[in-house]
Amino acid sequence: MSKMTTILRIPSATPSSNPVLSRIVQSTPALLLPIIGLLLFLAIWNGVAKSIDTSLGQFPGPAQVLEQAGALVDEHAAQREKADAFYERQETRNAARVAQDPSYVPKIREFTGAPTFFDQIWTSLYTVMVGFFIASVVAVPVGILCGLSKSAYTAINPLIQLFKPVSPLAWLPLVTMVVSALYVSDEPAFSKSFVTSAFTVSLCCLWPTLINTAVGVSNIDKDLLNVSKVLRLTPFAHLTKIVLPSSIPMIFTGLRLSLGIGWMVLIAAEMLAQNPGLGKFVWDEFQNGSSESLARIMVAVLTIGAIGFVLDRLMLSIQRAVSWDKSSVLR
Amino acid sequence: MTTKHLELEQVGIDFPTPKGPFTALQDVNLKMSKGEFVSLIGHSGCGKSTVLNIIAGLHQATTGGVILDGAEVRTPGPERAVVFQNHSLLPWLSVYKNVELAVKSTMRGKSKAEMRDWILHNLELVHMTHALDKLPSEISGGMKQRVGIARALAMEPKVLLMDEPFGALDALTRAHLQDSLMEIHADLGNTVIMITHDVDEAVLLSDRIVMMNNGPAATIGEILDIDLPRPRDRLALADNPQYNHYRHEVLTFLYEKQKKVETVSSHVKSESKKHKTEASSEKKDSNNSDAA
Repeated sequence: MSKMTTILRIPSATPSSNPVLSRIVQSTPALLLPIIGLLLFLAIWNGVAKSIDTSLGQFPGPAQVLEQAGALVDEHAAQREKADAFYERQETRNAARVAQDPSYVPKIREFTGAPTFFDQIWTSLYTVMVGFFIASVVAVPVGILCGLSKSAYTAINPLIQLFKPVSPLAWLPLVTMVVSALYVSDEPAFSKSFVTSAFTVSLCCLWPTLINTAVGVSNIDKDLLNVSKVLRLTPFAHLTKIVLPSSIPMIFTGLRLSLGIGWMVLIAAEMLAQNPGLGKFVWDEFQNGSSESLARIMVAVLTIGAIGFVLDRLMLSIQRAVSWDKSSVLR
Repeated sequence: MTTKHLELEQVGIDFPTPKGPFTALQDVNLKMSKGEFVSLIGHSGCGKSTVLNIIAGLHQATTGGVILDGAEVRTPGPERAVVFQNHSLLPWLSVYKNVELAVKSTMRGKSKAEMRDWILHNLELVHMTHALDKLPSEISGGMKQRVGIARALAMEPKVLLMDEPFGALDALTRAHLQDSLMEIHADLGNTVIMITHDVDEAVLLSDRIVMMNNGPAATIGEILDIDLPRPRDRLALADNPQYNHYRHEVLTFLYEKQKKVETVSSHVKSESKKHKTEASSEKKDSNNSDAA
């Protein structure tokens, strides 16, 4: 990669008198290379797709996927219009009834149309964030405890090693049954499928954060620990002045890994738990089995990838913001 | 040197190894009076840092003990401030905040204004008030070490422990800092124990030089009184026969009496390797014992 960059840079090294132009020329490899990679990918995809015939028709190429992406946007707009129309009708109807009979208390009903692709993206994001948040709230303190105390680490480590490799699909039936048994309420604030999915995400998000936090805390510079001892810092001051700042980079490395895993796990969890997010979208399209299904699933795949990438960048920028070592290269 | 201020009484330390305990230090005896400046000198691995760490309370002596003003010390505390070799400033705190952390944790109950004055006063002593809001990564190695000294001084220590404080600095910066340290010592009259590898530094700064034998089971070999008038001036001393005589004594001890075996014959070489591995295992062990 770096070799390619240098090769491509050689022609751009010619001095240019125009500063704007020279900057564009200089940044060309950085812009050009990803575009070349993308075009190559699209070309190969297009070529390969044409030669694959499935029972649902030809495997979708980039053109069909783009078309379906447009269709999904249109469906979303249409559904929104329907919803607006529904609320408008409801309002006029209620207004009319109140005019006839002032004692009438109008009933407001929610629009119950099927969620669109964008509603499902939103549900997925919300679910993963809740699951990730629960996992972080547990994993960071436990990780700090493991890093500080060798005995705590020795006690907890076997459990970490045991549960870390477990697939979310193995957890899901158990979580489903436990949620059904314990989450009983007449007016549930969250649907069971949501709780099940979020909790499964949490179970899989715990480990990278926990392990990285423990490693970060246990690798604090010994001299700094000695400083803390000489100053006789209180345990709280020790934690906030020494332990947390120096392990922030590792904690965030763990959090980023966790969020990445959580996002992957979520799709599988939603498929099985029928949480109305992207996972359910993929599953429903698969069950639907129309000639457009594969293209629509491919739209979801690309969306999942793009959102995962954005989430990672988001975590990276938070990490940069809270890390004291601004000179360190984070990627 | 009549009053007993700091005493090391039969201090020895064993580090556990898989092959049984390794005796790093044995029968270290030293009495220091208030305001005295003592240097510890010896070859690497002879246990100088271990002695310092025992006084600091970061290591616990296996035999004997350390007595400061009549009371035994076994745990670390701000009355025995340490200046570490690699400054050990908290990289996420500014110069001012680094010193503030020390002041806040040692001078509880003082008003904010008093604390601020005290922090600034100590940074003034090391000539670092121009960089209050700089992070350690933004200042030079010599400046970091100055801040490290200010942080230690701000704890108002009875004893200032310095572990090769200028070892990582270039010669010019080191000379500057040595002059600063002499000024501060003259002003404040702290008791100072400093580890050094530098013979000139030891003779220039010290009232006494404690020369240590090579380990294992290292102990104090000789103690040299440096009877040069203060304030001392490095230029004037360069031609001073007395000064050169002291230097000669220390050099003789290091390179003749306690010659570190690293010469030609292969037999001796393997011996020296053994020495080194033992020294490094000693370091590892000290890490372990702290982690436990």
